[in-house]
Amino acid sequence: MTLDHRQKHMQHVRAALSLLIAPIELLVDIPNDLGRWVSESLSTRQTLLEENTRLHSQNLLMQARSLKNADLEAENQRLRELLGSSLKVADRVLIAELIKVDLDPFKHLIRINKTQEHGVYLDQPLLDADGVMGQVIETVPAHTTVRLITDPGHSIPIQVSRNGLRTIATGSGKINQINLPYLPNNTDIKQGDLLVTSGLGGVYPPGYPVAYVTEVKYIEGDEFAQIKAEPTAHLNRSREVLLVWSGEHIKKLQQTTKTTKEADNENQ
Amino acid sequence: MKISSHQGGWLILLSFIVAFMLTVIPLPEMLQYIRPEWSALVLLYWCMALPGRIGVGIGWAVGLLLDVLTGTLLGQHALGMTVIAYLIINLHQRIRIFPLWQQAIIIWMILNLYQILLLWFDGITGQPPKGLQFWLPPISGMILWPIIFILLRHLRRQFKVQ
Repeated sequence: MTLDHRQKHMQHVRAALSLLIAPIELLVDIPNDLGRWVSESLSTRQTLLEENTRLHSQNLLMQARSLKNADLEAENQRLRELLGSSLKVADRVLIAELIKVDLDPFKHLIRINKTQEHGVYLDQPLLDADGVMGQVIETVPAHTTVRLITDPGHSIPIQVSRNGLRTIATGSGKINQINLPYLPNNTDIKQGDLLVTSGLGGVYPPGYPVAYVTEVKYIEGDEFAQIKAEPTAHLNRSREVLLVWSGEHIKKLQQTTKTTKEADNENQ
Repeated sequence: MKISSHQGGWLILLSFIVAFMLTVIPLPEMLQYIRPEWSALVLLYWCMALPGRIGVGIGWAVGLLLDVLTGTLLGQHALGMTVIAYLIINLHQRIRIFPLWQQAIIIWMILNLYQILLLWFDGITGQPPKGLQFWLPPISGMILWPIIFILLRHLRRQFKVQ
């Protein structure tokens, strides 16, 4: 047990045992998959058409936005060159799916279906469409376990996007709340502020939205303010999630086998 | 050992597989906290019914698999399972003749011990403390024990597991 906790020697044992366990996880996931399949195949032509038009219009909107985005990116690059700072490389993402299993109710852990062979690495950040979800804590051949940002044992370096104030947010154990316990009473932070990843610590790439501040409470005589925030990601609702490669990890990913590319193609 | 004296191993295996599935099957948030330790309950039953066959070794193996399944420290559940398997094997002759409700109380105490061991390891490895809900699974386990006992006994007799 000490070996497993302190070092990573037991990883192989864990990997081998996980193969024994994998069928059980699959079995448990079946009703969930079945439900989705049934609802997909039973949805009427009408609803499908409606959804199609809705997605079309959304796509148009996104395209228009991304046109502007390209322009902004170029401008950003020019400004960065002016400042002499390094160019920010675009991150690579891969879509993964949740395996619906409950783990310890006191920890916020989830399982996803992408593993080492897709290039997943330890500590890799995980996002959904709206924000940061968590980081990979274990990846074995059968599955990957992710710790969510609301897990009481998890902390994430963040900054307030309004003024660049940096601090650390820790999980609260509630699925819709994270805490900012290390800000003094005179800090410039208020309700509604957007918190983004600061990129310090090297796990999360900078600039992804994490949470909105929901409550700021100053307690007289206490050194630190009590600040609560609500994660922007849908931590308990997302089914599709994004794995992110950034910086040096992109190069490593390109070196890995073709399976990654195939998986990428499937998802596009 | 003759083959005829050991039969129905598949039923034991199946019962553990079902227990594992029940351990990770998604439940509403309220029910998550009272989810009993299914694998521990099944292990306790088999230890009591077939102490010569299911014991500390099997308990350890089941615990190890449970560790991998739930993503805990490798060996945490294994140690808990080993201890409770040992206890129940020591006590099995006495517990067997108890009425069901009395058995359930003993099971509750053993499951509490199991939880204490788990909590202890969480404490050592620096996991954040857990709330009072942590003590609910032994209670739900106690309530469910008569059902599990009768069901597994019925199956055991039906398929003549020895």
